[in-house]
Amino acid sequence: MGLSSTTKTEIQRPVGNLFIFTTIAIALLLNGLPWDGYGLMLRPDFVAMMLLYWCMHKPMRIGIGMSWAVGIFADVADASLFGQHALTYTLLAFGGVVLHRRLQMFDLRQQTTQVFGLFVLSYTVYASVHWLVDGDVVWGYFLGCLTSTLLWIPLSLALHALRQIRVSRER
Amino acid sequence: MLVDNTHSFRFFNRGPSSVVRLVFFTVLSLLLMFIDVRYRYLESARGTLSVIVAPLQAMATFPVRMWNQVDDYFSAQSTLKADNQMLRERHLQDSAQLALLLELQQENRQLRELVAIPQRAEFQTRMAEIIYAERDLFKRKIIINKGADAQLQAGQVVMDDIGIVGQITRVYPWLSEVTLITEKDHVVPVQVLRNGLRTIVYGAGDTSQLTLRYMPISSDIQEGDLLVTSGIDGVYPAGIAVAKVTKIERDAAYPFARITCLPVGGVDKNHQLLILSTLPKLPEMPVLEPSPEELGNTKAKRRN
Repeated sequence: MGLSSTTKTEIQRPVGNLFIFTTIAIALLLNGLPWDGYGLMLRPDFVAMMLLYWCMHKPMRIGIGMSWAVGIFADVADASLFGQHALTYTLLAFGGVVLHRRLQMFDLRQQTTQVFGLFVLSYTVYASVHWLVDGDVVWGYFLGCLTSTLLWIPLSLALHALRQIRVSRER
Repeated sequence: MLVDNTHSFRFFNRGPSSVVRLVFFTVLSLLLMFIDVRYRYLESARGTLSVIVAPLQAMATFPVRMWNQVDDYFSAQSTLKADNQMLRERHLQDSAQLALLLELQQENRQLRELVAIPQRAEFQTRMAEIIYAERDLFKRKIIINKGADAQLQAGQVVMDDIGIVGQITRVYPWLSEVTLITEKDHVVPVQVLRNGLRTIVYGAGDTSQLTLRYMPISSDIQEGDLLVTSGIDGVYPAGIAVAKVTKIERDAAYPFARITCLPVGGVDKNHQLLILSTLPKLPEMPVLEPSPEELGNTKAKRRN
């Protein structure tokens, strides 16, 4: 499977709801690992990546509403303001849903640049909410969108492979 | 694939368009944030949702907790021996001081009875463990493993064996959130141990430091001064160490000195913490502005 795998006309089998929810739960779990110090600063937002992936590939299944709901759970888990993650993920999902056909036309390398923009946007929203409420910004926080973008290609390939495995098992 | 996501075919009703959804959920989020910041009505909802999230969090921190336990188990005998030696020495020193303390307490009680001052409150402590530290870069908060099930309440003080670490700000069914004293704009009323000077210490937020604001340049503070809680607000019991003054900049261009302190308690390092409970409530603060009737009364009295 090459970098341009998504542009190939493969038969895309339906993805089970259980599979989608499991991946999102795993992403919440990864975000919940006890990161600290520089690790926390460089931590990619796994939930954002996973939501963006599904918004791009299954916009009918995981859309803006679902992303908002997942955001509320992320707010509870992170003890951030109620609605802070929800707002961020809503915007991210909107970007994913609106751009999903354009993004699917691109290969993974081209997707990465587009995805970077979306991540920067969502990180900016999160930081500016914090700035409005508390009046300060931790600039190291923005490193997270770089790592999220770097992990975009591995994540897409891994999820694609997982979906293929499911398909071959069904046969 | 084609049927899956075409917007031009509108055979089926798919609900409102994505722009409408975006606006709806954005407004909803903004509203929730506003309510959360201003009125704090949503704590019960947060508690309910946390029951669903808690298993995930427990799973996420499980490997680290296991690692800590295994690490403890295999810690070398030499370190144990050294620890033991150190603790023994400390115990000896402490027991000597404790005897002195008991005597002083006795003496203090007698003196207080003589001048009829109410007894100083004593408090109980309870142990809790940190599950994870600052999940959010913007905040200085930690989560501990006891919550409403252990009768914790928001506002209770958290300390380690040396000094104040923070304060419980939110209680979930099995967890609680502790705001550290280094959180931006978190305040602790303190006094300088050397001369009893009262002041307030603020968290710096971006570093693990504390600052004393609004101290006149001429104020009597030296580097190395220990700040202890003054007990004035009733939240913190008096006399517990908070911070040590590390740096003082006295610049004549500013009306106030810039004073930086470092916390003495292990705000960023410990694993086990103590939670103080059963602090007595102070009497209510008198209302500052008397009602018009009372104003009239006082005027009448003055006339008399």
